[in-house]
Amino acid sequence: MADTAPASASAPAAPDFSGWTCPAPLRDHERIVMGHGGGGTLSAELVEHLFAPAFGSDVLAELGDSAHLTMGGARLAFSTDSFVVRPLFFPGGSIGDLAVNGTVNDLAMAGAVPAYLSCGFILEEGIELSVVGRVAQALGDAARTAGVTVATGDTKVVDAGHGDGIFINTAGIGLVPDGVDIRPQRAAPGDAVLVSGQIGVHGVAIMSVREGLEFGVEIQSDTASLAGLVADMLAVCRDLHVLRDPTRGGLATSLNEIAGAAGVGITLDERSLPVPDTVANACSFLGLDPLYVANEGKLVAFVPPDHADAVLEAMRAHPLGKESVRIGTCVADHPGMVVAATGLGGTRVVDMPLGEQLPRIC
Amino acid sequence: MCLAVPGRVLEIEERDATRMAKVDFGGVVKDVCLEYVPDMQVGDYAIVHVGFALQRLDEESARQTLELFENLGVLEEEFGDHWGRAAKDAGAERPAGTELPADRSEKEARS
Amino acid sequence: MKYLDEFSDPVLAERLFDDIRALTTRPWSLMEVCGGQTHSIIRHGIDQLLPDEIRLIHGPGCPVCVTPLEIIDKALEIASRPDVIFCSFGDMLRVPGSGRDLFQVKSEGADVRVVYSPLDALRIAQENPEKQVVFFGIGFETTAPPNAMTVYQAKKLSIPNFSLLVSHVRVPPAIDAIMNSPDCQVQAFLAAGHVCTVMGTREYPDLAARHEVPIVVTGFEPLDILEGIRRAVRQLETGEHTVENAYPRAVNEQGSPAAQKMLADVFEVTDRSWRGIGMIPRSGWRLSPKYREYDAEYRFSVTGIETEESTVCRSGEVLQGLIKPHECAVFGKECTPRNPLGATMVSSEGACAAYYLYRRLEAPTVNAPAANTPAKEASSVG
Repeated sequence: MADTAPASASAPAAPDFSGWTCPAPLRDHERIVMGHGGGGTLSAELVEHLFAPAFGSDVLAELGDSAHLTMGGARLAFSTDSFVVRPLFFPGGSIGDLAVNGTVNDLAMAGAVPAYLSCGFILEEGIELSVVGRVAQALGDAARTAGVTVATGDTKVVDAGHGDGIFINTAGIGLVPDGVDIRPQRAAPGDAVLVSGQIGVHGVAIMSVREGLEFGVEIQSDTASLAGLVADMLAVCRDLHVLRDPTRGGLATSLNEIAGAAGVGITLDERSLPVPDTVANACSFLGLDPLYVANEGKLVAFVPPDHADAVLEAMRAHPLGKESVRIGTCVADHPGMVVAATGLGGTRVVDMPLGEQLPRIC
Repeated sequence: MCLAVPGRVLEIEERDATRMAKVDFGGVVKDVCLEYVPDMQVGDYAIVHVGFALQRLDEESARQTLELFENLGVLEEEFGDHWGRAAKDAGAERPAGTELPADRSEKEARS
Repeated sequence: MKYLDEFSDPVLAERLFDDIRALTTRPWSLMEVCGGQTHSIIRHGIDQLLPDEIRLIHGPGCPVCVTPLEIIDKALEIASRPDVIFCSFGDMLRVPGSGRDLFQVKSEGADVRVVYSPLDALRIAQENPEKQVVFFGIGFETTAPPNAMTVYQAKKLSIPNFSLLVSHVRVPPAIDAIMNSPDCQVQAFLAAGHVCTVMGTREYPDLAARHEVPIVVTGFEPLDILEGIRRAVRQLETGEHTVENAYPRAVNEQGSPAAQKMLADVFEVTDRSWRGIGMIPRSGWRLSPKYREYDAEYRFSVTGIETEESTVCRSGEVLQGLIKPHECAVFGKECTPRNPLGATMVSSEGACAAYYLYRRLEAPTVNAPAANTPAKEASSVG
């Protein structure tokens, strides 16, 4: 698209089009809308059209969950994530657990062994110290469980009414073992698509306690560090092609991102999707699709076909992967598209969501 | 147009002079207004839309419908739908009064 | 979930498919009236598995889709007021008015809230007596009784800061209008099961007789839809045109008398514009004079707002079953769920959106890039 750049830009220096990306306007919206944080198309466009051109970084251009860096001969994965969950405490966890597990999992999805975390707290004036204390404790416990060290941190306070109690940002670095090259771009036709357990659990747990939506359900967030599970998988197959933790936007979003990045198609068998009854039922009455509901302790793996059984066995042997199943296959057909075989034997396209899923009445 | 799902009434109470219930949707429990189905009892199934029970689910009808589906192929195999097949082969309409046995029983059940 | 899972059973579905195949001797065009049925049909791939002779036409039964542009502009105007908390069902937030949607109004500072039930909006009014709380009352006969209840309760409990922005629509006049259209290709209707939970089936025998068209009240799960199709095809093949109830576990002849009584008290029938279709006489409800003070249009003096629709978008023809979504020239190009030109692309239940999401595989044109097309501006309304 570089050749369509306006010629009238009379900058003092000669214009340099080499690294230029079309600064397409955010098509519909003049302001940030909630959907820009939903992990779907709007989020992707914000990064692609606004942040990436502004930062002009080759590494960022890969748009993975974490960056692959080389420093002094060491291969590092580097990632950051911000946490704005409401409420702060929910069935099965808290913002403190998410802040560790979210970033640790981004590193693990690069095959890295997570080592160090930074932790920035943005606190709203007036929040009780005891609440901050409980969150900090949960964060510390989660870090110990994940085997990472919180090495540096920061605290800021904003005026009452300008925050949601607590926002947390964490960044993490980890070492990528020799011979490991896990990236979305490596998905290849023939790969088995595996998922490490029941989907949609975290999203439904959060929705059940969200204001205006409350419903009673015995379900707990699946928030967990997946680094150990990944290590066990790598022990039986060094050549894992892709790993992804399907958080915001759910499995559908992760699979679409991978299909897009690698230029492959993905076929799913809906009957094999591990959707627990409570998730399916909550989705039924809210009008949501479990494929688009967030997870915080699951991963999806693209594995060369010869190794699929061994990897699946290793996953099932790990406490966080007991219910691992194969849900589909990577194919050369319909590149960039995820197609599901329905329970009745038909097919449907599982598309990238736009923003966040909303309950529908009709 | 209207997303409505069946749920089972767990308990009933008056709230702000309104008949409300806790309704179980397979492990998901939600408050539901019963004003439009005044005769609902605990244990009944209701069709629920945007927090309102709109109609009692007739469990006997549900059972009969499923039974009808169960019998569809079986009855056809047993009695053979020769009128339909013959008509189809000939490219003609099925003669009146030659419905499948299952269809006749539906019609009688209908009213 | 009980009474959902059993009605998705693939083995029984195969029996229904077999029977439909056995019954079908020539081409038939059926319209499923309801967007929820469209969603289910495409979500489960039902239309791919039917005999080639059976063509399903997706009807206008998505309340989000048919809400007139003018009402949405009024909603945006009211929601923008600093003293207002504007409550809505989730799927209404993305529907564009003339250039903006509720998401955008929210991003500009408006207090727009998604609620699951209209009773939640009433509760918000009780909790925020210093604010005006407005609920966007859209929907067919199914949703009208719940929305009516809020106004009834607001009056009974003296909640003066609550009002309803009403855009309710009624199904039978729409079926009548579709059959009266000179280009009508619909030969049988799958009527909307959940509308009939409230209204019963008594409104349909007259329509079926007058237009000589089979009407089968149909549910939403895969087996329900197949049974609706099976019965409609059987009637067509035998030359009948009666009303049948293929959803008897939820629908009976009289419907819900309590809900009908509430509708008669709170609403009165009015002419209503349908987005993409135009005016259909007596196809809507507005608040009756008794409840006028709870009508947001009057309370906020937005009755003067008038708007016209896009001329490029052919959603009207889609809604009437005259064309399939992908036959529209802008489908999947200028018009996507991301950038909807017409109502049918907006809601996830709209015929175009359903096609876009699930049928991209078969309609290659929709993969064309949607960015930087000037047609959007040229064709937008305003």
